[in-house]
Amino acid sequence: MATANDTDGDVLVRVENAVKYFPVKAGGFLRHTVGQVHAVDDVSLVIERGKTLGLVGETGSGKSTLARCVAGLIPVTSGKVYLNGTEITQLSRRAMRPLRREVQMIFQDPYSSLNPRRRVGAIIGDPFAIHKTATGAERKRMVQELMERVGLNPEHFNRFPAEFSGGQRQRIGVARALALRPKLIICDEPVSALDVSIQAQVLNLLSDLQAEYGLSYLFIAHDLEVVRHVSDKVAVMYLGRIGEAAPADSLYSQPRHPYTVALLSAAPAADPDAAAARQRIILTGDVPSPIDPPAGCRFHPRCPKAQEICGRVEPPLVTHDDLDVPKAGPPAGWQSADAAGPGVPGIPGGEAHVTACHFPVVSGETLASARTAAIAAEREPA
Amino acid sequence: MSVTELEFDAHLAEEGQASGGPVQGRTQWQLTWRRLRSDRVSMIALAVIVIMVLLAIFAPAIAGLTHHAVDTAYPVNGENEDGNPVGPGVNGFLLGTDSTGRDLLVRVLYGARISLFVGVVTTLIATVLGVAVGLIAGYFGGIIDTVLARFTDAVLAFPYIVLALALAVVFGPSLTIILVMITFFSWAGIARIVRGQTLSIKEKEYVEAARSLGAGPFRIMFFDILPNLLAPVLVIGTLYIPNAVVFESTLSYLGLGVQPPTPSWGNMLSDAQNFYQVAWWYLVFPAAALLITTLAFNLLGDGIRDAMDPRTEKLIAARRMRRRQTRRSANKGNKQAPSGLAVGGAATADTGTKG
Repeated sequence: MATANDTDGDVLVRVENAVKYFPVKAGGFLRHTVGQVHAVDDVSLVIERGKTLGLVGETGSGKSTLARCVAGLIPVTSGKVYLNGTEITQLSRRAMRPLRREVQMIFQDPYSSLNPRRRVGAIIGDPFAIHKTATGAERKRMVQELMERVGLNPEHFNRFPAEFSGGQRQRIGVARALALRPKLIICDEPVSALDVSIQAQVLNLLSDLQAEYGLSYLFIAHDLEVVRHVSDKVAVMYLGRIGEAAPADSLYSQPRHPYTVALLSAAPAADPDAAAARQRIILTGDVPSPIDPPAGCRFHPRCPKAQEICGRVEPPLVTHDDLDVPKAGPPAGWQSADAAGPGVPGIPGGEAHVTACHFPVVSGETLASARTAAIAAEREPA
Repeated sequence: MSVTELEFDAHLAEEGQASGGPVQGRTQWQLTWRRLRSDRVSMIALAVIVIMVLLAIFAPAIAGLTHHAVDTAYPVNGENEDGNPVGPGVNGFLLGTDSTGRDLLVRVLYGARISLFVGVVTTLIATVLGVAVGLIAGYFGGIIDTVLARFTDAVLAFPYIVLALALAVVFGPSLTIILVMITFFSWAGIARIVRGQTLSIKEKEYVEAARSLGAGPFRIMFFDILPNLLAPVLVIGTLYIPNAVVFESTLSYLGLGVQPPTPSWGNMLSDAQNFYQVAWWYLVFPAAALLITTLAFNLLGDGIRDAMDPRTEKLIAARRMRRRQTRRSANKGNKQAPSGLAVGGAATADTGTKG
């Protein structure tokens, strides 16, 4: 840990080729493995110090599994996770303990992430009790400080979680995650269970805390607008793989992967004119089973641009900067080594805009019409 | 939920407890007690149990009042000219006498001491054991779970009377053997339920949160899982006490448990079956004591289970609403025409306010 700051530069977390398979067991007397759920399949990414990496994807895309691997809550099947330059994937629980202080989680459901039978003071004081950092009156003082910091009434430390609203409960979760002054907080859909008005409050609290304590976030969500609001870098996951990753501005202004384009088109727009103007891409079919994911590009069975090669060859995550001239000027840090030329591989979470697609979307291209034409062609064979 | 809570707040405010000081959380136990209090059957059962316990504790004092010792036969007053037991109320024996002329009241009360002692002690030990085994099996899973769960199943599948016979023959009947036997056959049921609960609770996000904070398995079991198990364990515990009482009586009845002259409801019943044609009271009073005790514990256990269930809230709210409506319609009826229906309604309303 002493060498932490020197070993990995600006990178706090480095994930290399992480794979997580869950065995599928058949019932019966002798339980045997009949398959594997490919929850996370060969994912690499970096999280930079003091920055937020947004992780987007629909349900079952492996976002939460990846997050739990990074948090050290579940072991990876293969691959490596480095925290501050230290590999944490092979550590025992005991050796992991000091590192637990560095990574904390905020959970999606503020109703099930707080023990209903324990008082709030005990819940927020847990980190101090587990790591034996404070006891008695001092612990109570620290708990009340935390409660005040996250916008809760410190007088309420004696209440039960059931007596708080959803937003307040999520603040309790934030206070608990903050207690040990971690470097990284993994936010697993922290606002998706909250009212929209409360979402903004919690998001603002998170960004205030980031500024104050220099926190890094791994921010998981399926709401693209929320991710855009909080993230410096964004990675899009589909069926256990990262399909596209880029700095937030670049990803939202110039999505390259057809899946990203479809996701963006599905996000509701507040402005009715914008809503009417946007082209809605409706994907056909369901997400394929992660037990038997499609060969080649995982998105190809649903992709409006899919060609024969897509079902055969898996596209690598590379830059496609030469496809068209960016409408806006290049974002800061665009000239990083990774992004030097077209077709250069890059690690998600860095400065490069990388896309795993054989036929990346060019700006101005309309996928919706391509799809409509394809459907029309299917209906009326010439 | 809301109806009852509002009423509860109002109730607290009346007593002046709601004002001042940091806000105190209303615990699940307070809510449960509140619901339990409105359940008349449970309250009666609780009262019966309390009376039974008091009678058992003060059995020597009550025996002193009757001037009858527990193991002493009173051949002069306690038996009639044929040498048979005398009936209730005869010669100062409130419940009559038994086959050798001993005071049945004193012996039933002393029997209560044995029964309640065995019931409570075995249930406590069995609960601690069962919770420990269930928690460990459910939390750790894998081979530990397989071994413990199969052992639990084996215990549950065992024909306990056969084992009781064997043990009593080998070690000779004694109170210790009874305690060991009943405990051994009680923990498994609790362990199975606790294991099931643990399996579901350990998947909750707050357990994951505790793990991400670096909490060890035993800390998680005690601080995160156990508090959520207390409610079901309390219910099972209450329901296991009558089981243990009946089990003790069964063993004593078969001559494998408490040995005469020490009184136990079981061995009294065993002796009484030879005399029921001449002395019905000898059979009826120990049996009634056994019945009332087990029934009270069972009803209380059911009541606690219902009171712990948040869904019961609706039932209670509905019950209140109905009572209020009955009262209202009764008042209206009284004003207009005092009919038979209205009188009945008023009576219901009266009992309603008392409950």
